[in-house]
Amino acid sequence: MTVQTPPRESSGNVALVPRESGPVSMGRTTWRRLWRRRSALVGMAILGLLVFVALFAPWIAPYDPIEPLIGIEPVKRREPPCIHWLGCPRDRPQHLMGIDGNVRDLFSRVVFGSRISLMIGMTTVGFAIVVGTILGAVAGYLGGGVDNTIMRVMDVLLAFPSLLLAIAIVAVLGPGLVNALLAIGIVSIPAYARVMRASVLSVKEMDFVMASRALGAGWVWILARSVLPNALTPLIVVGTLGIATAILDAAALSFLGLGAQHPTPEWGSMLGLERNQVFSAPHLVFFPGLAIMLTVLGFNLLGDGLRDALDPRLGHGGQAK
Amino acid sequence: MLQYTARRLLSSIPVLIGILVVTFLLARLIPGDACHAILGEHATAAACERFDRANGLDRPITVQFVIYMGRMLQGDFGDSIRFSRPVSLILVERLPVTIELSLSALAIALVIGIPAGIVAAVRHNSSTDVATMVGANIGVSMPVFWLGLMLAYVFALLLKDTPFALPPSARLTAGMSAVPFYQVFGWQVVKGSSLEQFLEFFANLYIFNSILTSQWEVLGDAIKHLILPSVALSTIPASIIARITRSSLLEVLGLEYIRAARAKGMPERTVIFKHALRNALLPVVTVIGLQLGGLLGGAVLTETIFGLAGVGRILFEAITARDYPIIQAFTVVIAVGYVTVNLIVDLSYTFLDPRLRLT
Repeated sequence: MTVQTPPRESSGNVALVPRESGPVSMGRTTWRRLWRRRSALVGMAILGLLVFVALFAPWIAPYDPIEPLIGIEPVKRREPPCIHWLGCPRDRPQHLMGIDGNVRDLFSRVVFGSRISLMIGMTTVGFAIVVGTILGAVAGYLGGGVDNTIMRVMDVLLAFPSLLLAIAIVAVLGPGLVNALLAIGIVSIPAYARVMRASVLSVKEMDFVMASRALGAGWVWILARSVLPNALTPLIVVGTLGIATAILDAAALSFLGLGAQHPTPEWGSMLGLERNQVFSAPHLVFFPGLAIMLTVLGFNLLGDGLRDALDPRLGHGGQAK
Repeated sequence: MLQYTARRLLSSIPVLIGILVVTFLLARLIPGDACHAILGEHATAAACERFDRANGLDRPITVQFVIYMGRMLQGDFGDSIRFSRPVSLILVERLPVTIELSLSALAIALVIGIPAGIVAAVRHNSSTDVATMVGANIGVSMPVFWLGLMLAYVFALLLKDTPFALPPSARLTAGMSAVPFYQVFGWQVVKGSSLEQFLEFFANLYIFNSILTSQWEVLGDAIKHLILPSVALSTIPASIIARITRSSLLEVLGLEYIRAARAKGMPERTVIFKHALRNALLPVVTVIGLQLGGLLGGAVLTETIFGLAGVGRILFEAITARDYPIIQAFTVVIAVGYVTVNLIVDLSYTFLDPRLRLT
């Protein structure tokens, strides 16, 4: 994921202009600018590692994330980490992050947790982007009463602190990972609706939109073909940063017992289950939390990098301001 | 200016009504009925009928809604089903805890965030700048509940016998209590009156109360108990404020009038603090308003970890116990408070930036 493709000629008129100043696709300039930003690189490295761990979890994790080790290994509940090259006796089985309250290898659970976290981030933000984009586009394009109604509803949603609203929605739907995701998705709709509406308003009156209207295009076509591509940049940025928030909120809900339920290796719920043991077995709180923090950090860094790379105000050439 | 204020005030009315509607609906949509949640799983049908009648839950939902709206508009929040006490009394007890926590977190966030942002902007691209921004990025990615637990572990266990030891729970050390200021001053207040509740509300802000009455020992103890939760809660806003301050100050420092100020030989300190900072802090004010929602959400988590009986905690418990009056009252109070703060922030703009007064 962190591999950069070498620049290639993309269009036919390359022969006419010097190669350096030839038409450069937006995607490629973005890559180039992202590449020059150290923080974005760090973000991509973290996320690359995360995706790798998630994809190869069964091979990386030395133990089953759900089956207790009772009868398999002579380990005790909540045993601290045992790492051989840090001086743990060789005859003891190695457990990088220790043993959890149900006699399971914490490292394996944290490894499998990466799958759930990525899934949480993608699905909630995907859902919120789809719904928010449609609502925002309709509101911005049709204007008038429709616009007012939709945006007032969004204002009401924004009037509640997001985590509290998510808690209330989960209370309505019942605890569980899917419901928690839905709650976080609903709570994050207004952000995308606002971004989309603003983009629609900014291009709605432009000549090229007029032209396609004059050609007889319907409004759905115009929105999809002329308006959406213009709104893509801010949506990508807000979306990437939104994944970070979604993962954080989902972890918080699971921590409170409203999200992922017990045997699921979800970082927030692992932390929540063992939080009363923080004084006797701090490793059970430390590692899942560290995993959450790093994942969220990865998305935040990438999102910031994307914003800088995609922001036309920063000018061409990708010089970091 | 007046027109703008009026328009802004009017436009928040539909939002407020929306809040009331959403809160009512959410509370009613929560599955399971209050009767079984309060009286227990095996409550008989007859007992439930009596219970519903006593709490007005047997009426049609539309009638319940009208009654609810009428009461809310009069500030009458009804009685808690679970505690059989007026919700307003519970608000008086719980709200100050969260206000104290959120305000101290916000204060820490400002004290750390703004100077960090200024230093980072002034020494742009230096190692200080990089370090500050790395710190800020880690800060915004911090799960509040994790940081809270880790702080508790470090300061309550590892540093137990050092002067840095800090208590990981409660608001005051057991056995210590804060005498309300109105009793210290010997005011004659009728017990149970709304005036008493009003005064009690402020007395429950322990820091305010102990400063007012010079109970220094209580003050020290209350602050000690508040440090860990508010530091945990302040990391995200502090990081966001540092980032906004930095980027906004950088933008302002690139403007012509700053160049002019420098060109006429003004000391750099004056340029930054007198000319640049004033304009640069505008976006910071907006962000502070927006952070309030995050602070309240974070308060649920912080209060859970540090065993504080605040708004977030009771709201969470009320949702699981289906205590409708509490859910409604607290959600409405929080949402209205949030809307009001953002309204004030919007309006303060016109005072901070004279250019906006014309439009």
